[in-house]
Amino acid sequence: MRAYLAHVELPNPILAAAGCAGTGRELAPFADVTRLGALTTRSITMAPRAGRPTPRMAETPSGMLNAVGLQGPGVDAFLARELPWLAERGTRTVVSIGGGSVAEYTALARRLADAPGVTAVEINLSCPNVEDRGRVFARDAATAAEVVASVRAAMRYDVPVVAKLAPDVADVVAIARACVDSGADALSMINTPIGMSIDVDSMRPALAAGAGGLSGPAIRPLAVRCVWQVHAALPGVPLIGMGGVTSGRDALELVLAGACAVAVGTTLFHDPYACPRILRELEELLHERGFDRLADAVGLAHRPAHRNDLEESSL
Amino acid sequence: MAGTPVQVTGTVLTTRRVDAYHALTVVAPGIADRFRPGHFVTVAVGGPHTSMLTRRAFAVHDVKSDYGGTVEFVFAVRGPGTAWLADRKARDALDMVGPLGRPFPLPRDPATCLLVGGEYGSAPLFALADALHQRNCRVDFVLGAASSDRVFGALRARRMGETTTLTTQDGSLGMRGSVVDVLPEVIADTRADVVYACGPMPMLRGVTAVCVQFDIPVQVSVEEAMACGTGVCMTCVVPVIGDDGATRMVRVCVEGPVFRGERVRFDDVGTIPFDALGAPGGDRGGDRGGDRGR
Repeated sequence: MRAYLAHVELPNPILAAAGCAGTGRELAPFADVTRLGALTTRSITMAPRAGRPTPRMAETPSGMLNAVGLQGPGVDAFLARELPWLAERGTRTVVSIGGGSVAEYTALARRLADAPGVTAVEINLSCPNVEDRGRVFARDAATAAEVVASVRAAMRYDVPVVAKLAPDVADVVAIARACVDSGADALSMINTPIGMSIDVDSMRPALAAGAGGLSGPAIRPLAVRCVWQVHAALPGVPLIGMGGVTSGRDALELVLAGACAVAVGTTLFHDPYACPRILRELEELLHERGFDRLADAVGLAHRPAHRNDLEESSL
Repeated sequence: MAGTPVQVTGTVLTTRRVDAYHALTVVAPGIADRFRPGHFVTVAVGGPHTSMLTRRAFAVHDVKSDYGGTVEFVFAVRGPGTAWLADRKARDALDMVGPLGRPFPLPRDPATCLLVGGEYGSAPLFALADALHQRNCRVDFVLGAASSDRVFGALRARRMGETTTLTTQDGSLGMRGSVVDVLPEVIADTRADVVYACGPMPMLRGVTAVCVQFDIPVQVSVEEAMACGTGVCMTCVVPVIGDDGATRMVRVCVEGPVFRGERVRFDDVGTIPFDALGAPGGDRGGDRGGDRGR
């Protein structure tokens, strides 16, 4: 079941979400990473990052909080060791990038522009902007647009640039529109909203960083709402839906809301075989409903209610 | 690296109470085949429609060849996930992934090995003792806990070990105190060539300090909270000094759980040491408030 990410064809619409598939090597013993629609890398930064102190994770009802702090080896090590491993195997790789300033995002895009094996670039806009007292890019339409425009200008024209949006903003449609207007070829929704949990025994925050990103089925309704709103406002823009997808039914829910591809995240921590299973379930559900192509189901929940009833009654 | 971990839906064969702990034996052939001492498994808790998302990690206590291969692990009830596990009955299904992590390295030539366990951290030491015996190593045990009902495997240690020293904080079994208190004497008496330790982090830190004093190698199996066990979630990191002398935040689940004790910066666990690779404020910070909270 083919899917399209902007103009790039993917063999199927199920992706591994950023930060949930490691470097690909960790997932490989369980599932063939080359058979994913695409694998999204963790967010790559210019310099190596040690990340946040532990504890970095806390389980919450139907979800988890994490504050890893973009731990990673930096772009040089990524290009030397991680991307070639994926490229050699023919894995379609969406490279997620994270930065603290517009200049850092631009520099990352320049480094990736000539690298073989980059299927698309995903801009993680949920990074604190050091030039704006740490306000995340995703919260401000103007800076988000600035990042997107500079990354789009630095990347090769045939590599789609995807902006990943956060749900905990005042007006997600406004941010989405600003990103698309400045050149984003597709949008990814949603990044983790910020949550917090306090350990009542130690009477301290459960995470060393205090707050962290909430993921898992707990946030699926947020994802469906964001995808729905943005698809309604910008029906021509390809959307990658994500947020608490655990089954084919969950994936179909996002597709019906308007997503043309679906990424699986936290579920991979629980079930490393999740991607092929979810794809199979999604294909079965679509066939049961009489769809030959995924595209026919994208955004279908937006059709006017009771249209069929009206047609019959007009006879 | 673990061979190739697999995910299996195992069947609970037996459940038993061992003093303050629970032990589950699960038929899981794919995991038992690939097991080496020091490996761990992760278990999904709460059933198929649970609200508990993260897998629980447990060191493998024992594997047997019955029923195609069984895996036994030991745990204490600490929250709703382990409480659910404690309620499992024979024939219940259990979703397990394993074997995971790097196992204990074994000495090439016969050596005198001292196995140190705290609380139910002693669970993986008996399979290790078996493997060491097969290599004609001498094995001694030091096991300790807060009280006698929390010392795991004292009887088996007495059967397998050349000598066994037990300690409890309340003096209800063996010597009063901790395993670290008796360790110098035991190392001197047994003339241990190498120490293997598994248990709570403060104990591993104490054991490592003693071994450094005696200048003998120590292998520690570290326990850190993790969500996946497969190396993707990046939550179980500890600061470890690499071969090149640089400190990195490494994952306990794939680079460990067994490390050379002197390489683990126990004093800095729960922090990002300023000299760690990529620490905030290093060559190219860019991170705002990376040292916030501890």
